[in-house]
Amino acid sequence: MDILRFITAGSVDDGKSTLIGRLLYDSKSIMVDQIDAIKSHGKNKLNGTLDLSLITDGLRAEREQGITIDVAYKYFSTPKRKFIIADAPGHIQYTRNMVTGASNANLAIILIDARNGVEEQTMRHTLIASLIGIPHIVVAINKMDLVGYSQDVFNNIVIDYTAATKSLNLKEVKYIPLSALLGDNIVDRSTNMPWYESDPLLHYLETVKIQNDINYTDARMPVQYVIRPQTEKLHDYRGYAGKIMSGGYKRGDAVTVLPSGLESKIKAIESGGVEVAEAYALQSVVLHLEDDIDVSRGDVIVKSENKPIVSQDLEVMMCWMDTKPLLPGNKYFLQSNSKVVRSMVKEIEYKLNVNTLEKQFASEEIRLNDVFKATIKTSSPIAFDSYKKLRSSGSAILIDETSNVTVAACMIQ
Amino acid sequence: MNYQLDYLDQLESEAIYIMREVAGQFERPALLFSGGKDSITLVRLAEKAFRPGKFPFPLVHIDTGHNFQEALDFRDSLVKKLDEKLVVRHVADTIKEKKLTEPVGKFASRNALQTYTLLDVIEEFKFDALIGGARRDEEKARAKERIFSVRDEFGQWDPKRQRPELWNIYNGKIQKGENVRAFPISNWTELDVWNYIRREKMELPSIYFAHERECIEYQGQLIATSPFIKREAGDKILKKKVRYRTVGDMTCTAAVESEATAIDDIVNEIIATNISERGETRIDDKVSEAAMEDRKKNGYF
Repeated sequence: MDILRFITAGSVDDGKSTLIGRLLYDSKSIMVDQIDAIKSHGKNKLNGTLDLSLITDGLRAEREQGITIDVAYKYFSTPKRKFIIADAPGHIQYTRNMVTGASNANLAIILIDARNGVEEQTMRHTLIASLIGIPHIVVAINKMDLVGYSQDVFNNIVIDYTAATKSLNLKEVKYIPLSALLGDNIVDRSTNMPWYESDPLLHYLETVKIQNDINYTDARMPVQYVIRPQTEKLHDYRGYAGKIMSGGYKRGDAVTVLPSGLESKIKAIESGGVEVAEAYALQSVVLHLEDDIDVSRGDVIVKSENKPIVSQDLEVMMCWMDTKPLLPGNKYFLQSNSKVVRSMVKEIEYKLNVNTLEKQFASEEIRLNDVFKATIKTSSPIAFDSYKKLRSSGSAILIDETSNVTVAACMIQ
Repeated sequence: MNYQLDYLDQLESEAIYIMREVAGQFERPALLFSGGKDSITLVRLAEKAFRPGKFPFPLVHIDTGHNFQEALDFRDSLVKKLDEKLVVRHVADTIKEKKLTEPVGKFASRNALQTYTLLDVIEEFKFDALIGGARRDEEKARAKERIFSVRDEFGQWDPKRQRPELWNIYNGKIQKGENVRAFPISNWTELDVWNYIRREKMELPSIYFAHERECIEYQGQLIATSPFIKREAGDKILKKKVRYRTVGDMTCTAAVESEATAIDDIVNEIIATNISERGETRIDDKVSEAAMEDRKKNGYF
């Protein structure tokens, strides 16, 4: 069994909450008492039938306003997979929440209302999914019941979407016609749409291949913590604790510590307190080096034959996430994995219109939810790869030095 | 070779990563330990994250005075085996010092008063991060909380002003007086925890397994008789074979009827159940629809 993390993107009216509710309900992940709570809810909109969208409503503020104000995480399992859903709201003002939810996702479900077809927000959601590099995309064409389960409507939306997103080079797109409200093509293939002969949604989610989403080639382990018991018995024990973000390590591998560039060899690898001969991506381990060199939190241990870039100048795509606008020349902390350095946003190359995907070169103020390309100078060199190559070592956040708030998501080019 | 990590390994590795981030980013972290299965799981994860070194934090237990004795005994024997530091602070002392009003009623719970003791212990030790065993599948307010959740100097959570949390980058920068609550097993479900306990062959307090107990049947729930509960004439007292699905206070945790005496039986019962963990066992969450949201905003875990 493995884990698939996915995000759902759509606006309030696309039936996103209903879709999630339907997946949870039909996979029997909603318990009796939770259903009772929904039934007792005063605002059950549909007379008699259960309003599945209420399952995902979290906070009182949301129930009062009938909106989703933040990313909520939901869980369900089938015998094949554990699923983690990041339920992100689709309003314009909450682009930052979608970016947040998308950052750890293997897959994005982009909802389109069959009556409306491809809309501005469809483009926005797809752009974000593509910027964040989500490997798999499902375009869920919802509310098919309201267009008479028409194959033409479905086909036209597929054509429109393909054309509109051509420039984004999406890797893998799956189109599924469905009705979240009535359960068509969610768990079982809909009898209302015999012309659709492919997988229903849940089956697709259970079987989409995600093994290749992890990079097993480029070995990168950021050091999080140095274990030094300094007891009599373990006087010389010095282990570098961290999670292997990509690639793998074997005993005897020649390694380089960055940004310092010091070299050594792997003496031993521990995983869960047990010595192992090799370890690979996603494992949390402790590495021991042959030589007594200076290694501390924030350093990255890589194989000497395959090094990332080390530089103080970064070209990045960014999403601005703070209500305070970006002031040119302001300094921010830049955090990438366990490394934190001071940095400055130098030049803004262009801003991306997230609805039309056009580049705007006129210098405008960067505000909340803006997506733009810029250059950043860091106070000392950091090790990184391009985000396209390695999500884990090409990503960073900017932190406001005075408020400590996370103000931007950075994808290094 | 097959590199694919099993889902439990993935969850474990993520939790270890989060714990090490806490250790790396904060000066005075602590691990909140209740003696329940989730915090016992955290301890196992801490061993995997930091051994052969010592934990870079003490365990902290907020003792309401309404605990199951079995959970307290388990706590003490575990801490002894671990050879780690345990800090215990008592809600009863806070009530005396601060002249707090004890709740009244049949199942008068000190659950809400724990927050006062918790904030005091944070102040006493100047803790800047507290690791807790909360899971997002437990409750809908928890489903919205970040893995690093910043609390202001009153311990309050503001759901509308949460920091975006991206990739695996946890922003632990805080102002003086603020603290971070860190939740390494956020992405685990109840069943994941039980599967992990089974895989790791972890020991648990005996009350998690089926045993004979004298209970009061109250509105469909079974509550153990104890000195902390007001007995009334009409109480229906039954002797039942029960186990606990969660271990909280004796005043606010209900037992479930069960024959499960081994971990495999428990896992099977959890798979088969159609009632959620909190719904079946917590008396305190039913008070209002937003009970947890309100408590978190006031500094609760």
